[in-house]
Amino acid sequence: MSRRRQLLAYLASRLLLLPVMLWLIASLVFLLLRVAPGDPIDALLGTRAPEAARTALRQQLGLDQSLASQYGHFLWDLLHGQLGTSLTNQESVLSVIGRSLPASLELGVLALLIAAVLGLAVGFSGIARPEGRLDLAGRLYGIGTYALPPFWAAMVVQLVFAVWLGWLPVGGRFPATLVPPSGTGFYLLDSLRSGSWSQFSASLRHLVLPAATLGVLLSGIFDNALRLNLRRALDSDYVEAARSRGLSETRVVLRHALPNALLPLLTITGITVASLIGGALLIEVTFSWPGIAFRLQEAIGQRDYPVVQGIVVVVAGLVVAVGVAVDLLVALLDPRLKF
Amino acid sequence: MALGVPFPLKPFGPGLAARLARWGLVIVVAYALVALATPLLIQAGLVADANGGLENPIYGPPSLAHWCGTDRLGRDVCARTLAGSGVALEVVALALGLALLIGVPLGMVSGYLGGGLDRLLVLLMDTLYTLPVLLLSVVLAFLLGKGLPNAAAALCVVYVPQYFRVVRNQTAQVKADLFVEAARSLGAGPIWILRRYLLRNVVTTVPVLLSLNAADAVLVLGGLGFLGLGLPESIPEWGSDLQQALGAVPTGIWWTALYPGLAMFGLVLGLSFLGEGLEGWLSGASGRLEKPSKQT
Repeated sequence: MSRRRQLLAYLASRLLLLPVMLWLIASLVFLLLRVAPGDPIDALLGTRAPEAARTALRQQLGLDQSLASQYGHFLWDLLHGQLGTSLTNQESVLSVIGRSLPASLELGVLALLIAAVLGLAVGFSGIARPEGRLDLAGRLYGIGTYALPPFWAAMVVQLVFAVWLGWLPVGGRFPATLVPPSGTGFYLLDSLRSGSWSQFSASLRHLVLPAATLGVLLSGIFDNALRLNLRRALDSDYVEAARSRGLSETRVVLRHALPNALLPLLTITGITVASLIGGALLIEVTFSWPGIAFRLQEAIGQRDYPVVQGIVVVVAGLVVAVGVAVDLLVALLDPRLKF
Repeated sequence: MALGVPFPLKPFGPGLAARLARWGLVIVVAYALVALATPLLIQAGLVADANGGLENPIYGPPSLAHWCGTDRLGRDVCARTLAGSGVALEVVALALGLALLIGVPLGMVSGYLGGGLDRLLVLLMDTLYTLPVLLLSVVLAFLLGKGLPNAAAALCVVYVPQYFRVVRNQTAQVKADLFVEAARSLGAGPIWILRRYLLRNVVTTVPVLLSLNAADAVLVLGGLGFLGLGLPESIPEWGSDLQQALGAVPTGIWWTALYPGLAMFGLVLGLSFLGEGLEGWLSGASGRLEKPSKQT
């Protein structure tokens, strides 16, 4: 088969697998929530609630129907983009997610940017002398950022920069005394668009600490990946050939090794997104950042099953979709890849 | 930061790797000793009871009586931090032991039999594997409720796919090898083949994965505790202690936040050193260590 057809077949198989994986995840979450020991009604109302209230809630949640019929309804609603309504305030789960997703994305994108720049800089710094001091320091940096508990790192950062030095706010997304910018929900963009400097600086001041913390914690992944790939590229035949042609070492590294080491980083970025969500969950809670992970934590505390279910399905779906998108992008960009 | 990323495997040089592994081992053994000694010290009265402290001042700063201060209920932070290492090691060992017990045989069977069952299991495990570790364990811990076995079970499910994946791929690979074909034609049964040809590969891969996963699991357990899930409140756990410390951070109370986190950082660092070192050392020593790959 020609490469082109192989590529198309690969793209098709990955794209076809995507809905299957999404369905598996949704079913898994659905099943887990039903099979779990304990009655959600007990959890919501307490065991001594009057029978009438229990029956009413059971009906409202659809728990009086058979498991198969519940599952059918769940999938049907999901196909139509319906995720149910919150038990605590009757808001639709979709609007809960829509309200908090921009905050998470704002934090996540900035953190990913910081992580990539910082991690690549650290990873690249050791290349001049492999096994040298700088190289070793970079490796230890990788393990160290991996080993830091995100919420603890966040608390230390809060103590130092917010409480002792007083440079930045401890948490939250916007001061309660100001009116938050309206529009897309991305405060930085919204305030830029409306041209309000006070809104922009307030949003940025709140964003700096959580984004920087998350960024530093994730940068180790990029650091390690670049180090590994660069080393592999420098050991390869084409670098050997370039060197033997008498090219300068700088040129060999920058023009021959680096471009080949950067492509696998795309894959790493994809993997990082999954990690980002784990980290963001903890960072958002620590900084009271009103993103999707913060809402999930809230919903867990309130035993708000539909919201928990909806957020998990949406987030897991996003992760899987990003993974597939990255795989496809790499397949398109890298002509060496075989399927 | 951990939480779901299979740590990019990078070979350290053999000498350096052995040193790293040794350091990691020293740290982990130290934590294990603390875990064993703390209950004895508490019984002997040398360390305060991790849950007692009604008579102590609330949020007392570090002093001679309480070296790491006291928390919001007057409990001794040192005692709770020390006791936490036993709790963390216990839960993580239980979770990973379970994951091994489920993942390894399942991977062997799936890889050896192949066919439809294999494809189904691989799809299921891959789906589980793509999910963010913390998200999955949060959901599971939320459903299973609080308790030591519950927390271990929630963690275990997260790590089963990794062992499944490694063992399954190696089994499938070994099965296709010519010498295995030869052994089979000489009348060797599947169990003999798996034991004879697979075990050595698995024995070199699994310890690395185990220590890296242990590092990850300590973080995830802490994360669960921090989110108010996992272990009941009577058990001194670093993550839940940090959650309680969070409320006091804006007032500048640092001792309740510093020590449990530092302890956790140290243990994860030790386990990562051990795993990274072992990985480099084993791959340097044997040169044919199979790395767990993303694609099947």
